[in-house]
Amino acid sequence: MTSSLLLQLIINGLIVGTLYGVVAMCFVLIYKSTQVVNFAQGEFLLIGAWTCWWLVTSMELPFWFAFPMTFVFMMVFGIVLQMVVLRPLIGEPVISVIMVTIGLSIFFQAVIKSIFGVWAQPFPEIFPVKSVDVFGLAVQPAYLMSLVVSLVIMVAFAWFFKYSRMGLAMRATAFNQQVAQSLGISVKNVFAMAWAISAMVSALAGVVVGMVNGVSSALSFFGIKVFPAVIVGGLDSIVGAIIGGLIIGLLENLAEYADGQFLHLGNLYTVAPFYVLVIILMIKPYGLFGTKTIERV
Amino acid sequence: MAEPAVKPAADEIILSVNNIEVVYDDVILVLRGVSLDVPKGRIVTLLGPNGAGKSTTLKAISGLLGTEDGEVTRGNITFMGEEIANRAPEEIVRRGIFQVMEGRRIIEDMTVTENLRLGAFTRKDGAAAIRNDIEMVFDYFPRLRERVGLAGYLSGGEQQMLAIGRAMMARPKMILLDEPSMGLSPLLVKEVFAIIEKLCRDTGVTILLVEQNARMALKIAEFGYIMESGKIVLDGAKDDLVNNEDVKEFYLGGDKERKSFKNLKSYKRRKRWL
Ligand SMILES: Nc1ncnc2c1ncn2[C@@H]1O[C@H](COP(=O)(O)OP(=O)(O)OP(=O)(O)O)[C@@H](O)[C@H]1O
Ligand SMILES: [Mg+2]
Repeated sequence: MTSSLLLQLIINGLIVGTLYGVVAMCFVLIYKSTQVVNFAQGEFLLIGAWTCWWLVTSMELPFWFAFPMTFVFMMVFGIVLQMVVLRPLIGEPVISVIMVTIGLSIFFQAVIKSIFGVWAQPFPEIFPVKSVDVFGLAVQPAYLMSLVVSLVIMVAFAWFFKYSRMGLAMRATAFNQQVAQSLGISVKNVFAMAWAISAMVSALAGVVVGMVNGVSSALSFFGIKVFPAVIVGGLDSIVGAIIGGLIIGLLENLAEYADGQFLHLGNLYTVAPFYVLVIILMIKPYGLFGTKTIERV
Repeated sequence: MAEPAVKPAADEIILSVNNIEVVYDDVILVLRGVSLDVPKGRIVTLLGPNGAGKSTTLKAISGLLGTEDGEVTRGNITFMGEEIANRAPEEIVRRGIFQVMEGRRIIEDMTVTENLRLGAFTRKDGAAAIRNDIEMVFDYFPRLRERVGLAGYLSGGEQQMLAIGRAMMARPKMILLDEPSMGLSPLLVKEVFAIIEKLCRDTGVTILLVEQNARMALKIAEFGYIMESGKIVLDGAKDDLVNNEDVKEFYLGGDKERKSFKNLKSYKRRKRWL
């Protein structure tokens, strides 16, 4: 019985971990290509989830239509946010930009609360069944969808950065903005694109989590969990972000297991990732996959 | 009935820099009235000691000055008859000028092929044409073909070749080359310069070559400008420069101590390309 509970928790950990990984990737994308530490990443989940919820409940659109519409909205939102708020800050000290993203986070929280209230709202049932059976384990269909969607996004990211013209341009910009400009790349467009992709993909995670837990400000706490994931993986590594996400997802659930079975501390689930963060940073200050610059000898 | 050889007509000047002043950070005046003309399809070299303002001149042309808080505050730069001073670098690349910056500046965490594909960023003529051109670059630089790892692990010479190859990928009308000989062995310098010359001959691309290695530069260039402290102090056709006593002494003379033109006498610009 306890071993099947453990297995269930591990599966949960992996599924939530891939989702953390996806959001962490979005965070890294912005950090790498624009050098902005985006403390409003969690609010992207929030805004995305509420937008989709509103389209489905108030506008009564079918989910399969509302979902892509949320995407389009978030893409535009990301671009506008970059152009209006962040573009004028290019060249300002890092700490100013950080203050602005923290400000944005608080601002979005407040606006969302004033529009949608403070109570969690359930997503209408999207799937006809409550749970599906995977190798004898009960898995919520939303989780399954989350896993599939996360994997698709990861493959899409890999393809985008390896083969597409804009993906290469984004990597070039991350490497050195002046070099990128000398190749004819518009750094402004790359920045806007990074924010657009990041907002869009985070929203997707927001919708998926919202479908499982209901839509509420707690979603932005999901975004905060992403920080340990990102830092464990190394701030500027996309692969590191995914692995960091998986580690955090697993850890949370293992901590819950240990807590429930033996320790009875109560809230290890929430704090464990942060303990691990501290320990990892003590051993590897640049994270597990942080920048190593090539040095020729 | 032999007419005297027709001089290049004015419309053959593809790039014309007229009396530009460049200021960094709103206060540091670096170029103090620089003028130069580059005729289409030729190699022109810009020589001068460290800190003369050669790289600044190239960045003024390519628009990269803006990325370093620099600005053209006087004069103008025309490319194919159109004003391009202080335009965004991406616009200037699209117009057909591509700068290979000093110190190679390839993207170290990408492969050779990815670097080359990025050179073609502004092109719209499709993947097949770009693949073709990658092959063409490999034909010019066969040793790049075998390098499959990250560009950061290439030797200095190979990185320079990659930087030039990446410029070719843009199919530019004009390439600005900033000190391609820097840090290369004499043998490798020869090899790279031979390729630059061949490139100009084969494709008709115009080249403005900045160099400290005057001897090598004047082997492949047809015309040269010499710059000191933000001013052009001398210019002339290759042979005039090679035979000029002062150039011989200060720029071509073995390892004799280098003095400055300015302390010697003040040059008036005697002629330009025309
Ligand atoms: N971004 C910048 N900000 C301020 N001053 C600069 C900047 N770049 C260059 N300078 C100054 O402008 C002058 C000319 O520099 P530039 O790089 O154009 O010289 P150069 O002729 O290319 O020299 P080298 O042969 O050493 O490359 C130097 O005195 C340099 O200190
Ligand atoms: Mg220079």
